[in-house]
Amino acid sequence: MRVWGKLAGPSLIGNFGEPFLYLLVLGYGLGQFVGEVQGMSYMAFLASGVICTSAVNSASFEGMYSAYTRMDVQQTWLGMLSTPVSVSEVVFGEVLWAATKSLISVSAILVVATALGLIADAWALFILPIAFITGLCFASLALLVTSRAKSYDFFLYYTTLVITPMVLLSGVFFPIDSLPSMVQVLAKSLPLYHAISLVRPLMTGGEVTHIMLHLSVLVVFGLIAGLLASQRIQKRLIK
Amino acid sequence: MTVVNSEECIVQTKQLYKAYNGLPVVNKLNLNIETGCFFGILGPNGAGKTTTLRMLIGHCPIDAGELTVLGLSMPENASLIRENIGVVPQMDNLDPDFTVQENLYVYGRFFGLSKTVLKQRIVELLEFASLQDKADCKIAELSGGMRRRLTLARALINKPKLLILDEPTTGLDPQARQAIWQKLRELKKQGLTLILTTHYMEEAERLCDRVMVMDHGLIMADAPPKQLIRDEIETHVLEVHAADDVLIGQLNKDGSIKRFEKSGDISFFYGDKLKHALDILEQGTHDDYLYRPANLEDVFIKLTGRDLRE
Repeated sequence: MRVWGKLAGPSLIGNFGEPFLYLLVLGYGLGQFVGEVQGMSYMAFLASGVICTSAVNSASFEGMYSAYTRMDVQQTWLGMLSTPVSVSEVVFGEVLWAATKSLISVSAILVVATALGLIADAWALFILPIAFITGLCFASLALLVTSRAKSYDFFLYYTTLVITPMVLLSGVFFPIDSLPSMVQVLAKSLPLYHAISLVRPLMTGGEVTHIMLHLSVLVVFGLIAGLLASQRIQKRLIK
Repeated sequence: MTVVNSEECIVQTKQLYKAYNGLPVVNKLNLNIETGCFFGILGPNGAGKTTTLRMLIGHCPIDAGELTVLGLSMPENASLIRENIGVVPQMDNLDPDFTVQENLYVYGRFFGLSKTVLKQRIVELLEFASLQDKADCKIAELSGGMRRRLTLARALINKPKLLILDEPTTGLDPQARQAIWQKLRELKKQGLTLILTTHYMEEAERLCDRVMVMDHGLIMADAPPKQLIRDEIETHVLEVHAADDVLIGQLNKDGSIKRFEKSGDISFFYGDKLKHALDILEQGTHDDYLYRPANLEDVFIKLTGRDLRE
């Protein structure tokens, strides 16, 4: 049913360029001061965090700005709803497409990370499905935000109040053990931490623990957000 | 699922009702639209036209009453019904990321049509919409008229039995409008049932077999346009611009004037011959007047009033 994915690809440079810059600049710059973190080079530590952040950002952006454009500005969704397609199918399609964007940008970063020698072994390929699941989760959350949005400005609340603090606290740039325990609990209750917990060992050849726990946090967040988003969008469009 | 003589009536409503914030927008509408009919809905802004159309395609929950489209009840069968309906919305919602051809293709895929079927169909539709040369153009490169024609072509991709058009020619130049009219007549000849809303009386008068005038969610009139003009209003109208009270007083002495209205500085005299009034004007010096047969717009104004709706 979904065909537009094939054609709407040129925004990828933005998705890929920013995390890549973070990785290079912070990795080289900070890396010299920091040395090793948790038994790996700071660059390798950071790379796994940046990969997850990139999955989060790609899916969130697509689920907010692009989806809102199609929902409100271009009325593409209403057009689709004039066919036998239902609201939940539209929402599901958007989630899939946004997660696909996460997958594409993560793949690109992985290639670069491999070239930089930051990948330990072939287990790193499992990062791809994790990136996709992370994409599904954050796309659903973003669509939930979109279902409430009255204009593009609304998305700033979500990025500033949720996404950015989450990225800062979830162990992208430093291990969260150094944070106060209250903050640690908060970080662990958010999905990004769990994505990183899966990706980091896969990338650096470590042992992956609590797979089911981490996966289910991502899936449960995604499912609940997706269902709510679908319901809200139904109410918004079919009125 | 109730099946009610689907062969005669493509749309049936019984006491159909919809309210927003307690205000009825569609108020106990009883309507039957027979198959093959070109049906027009007229009404001022906020009369309930678009809401009615949206209910027909399941884009608007029904508060009370019954609605049957193509013999299937709404909203339970919304998806099934939409399989056989084409929709031309008020606002173009073509996908700007795609070319003309891709827009048709993607839309067709939403109906579950196969690639081979679509390939054939797209050629036919581009020809129908006179867009053969534009197949690979982006939407932004199309003129307003071309966009509307593409939207119309897109609505036909599934070979619908019922075509719903919400103000299809609003904002188009006369050439583009006539082109759309011609296409719509062609479709009507092919046996398609069409439902159209419009603010252009001329459009309804020329195209429609049957016209319904709506206001405040109620049916004010429902008949073929010629019959509406015959039954609902006097045969002729005399419009006098910038007439002073003396002149108006003189004109009103004409016994054949049945109705007089003043709107701004235009005086409207409705009647059958108005011979006496015309004589006065011919002999006088006031030459800013127009004597014409009554039309659908006069009916519309009579039924819905002269007040502005915002």
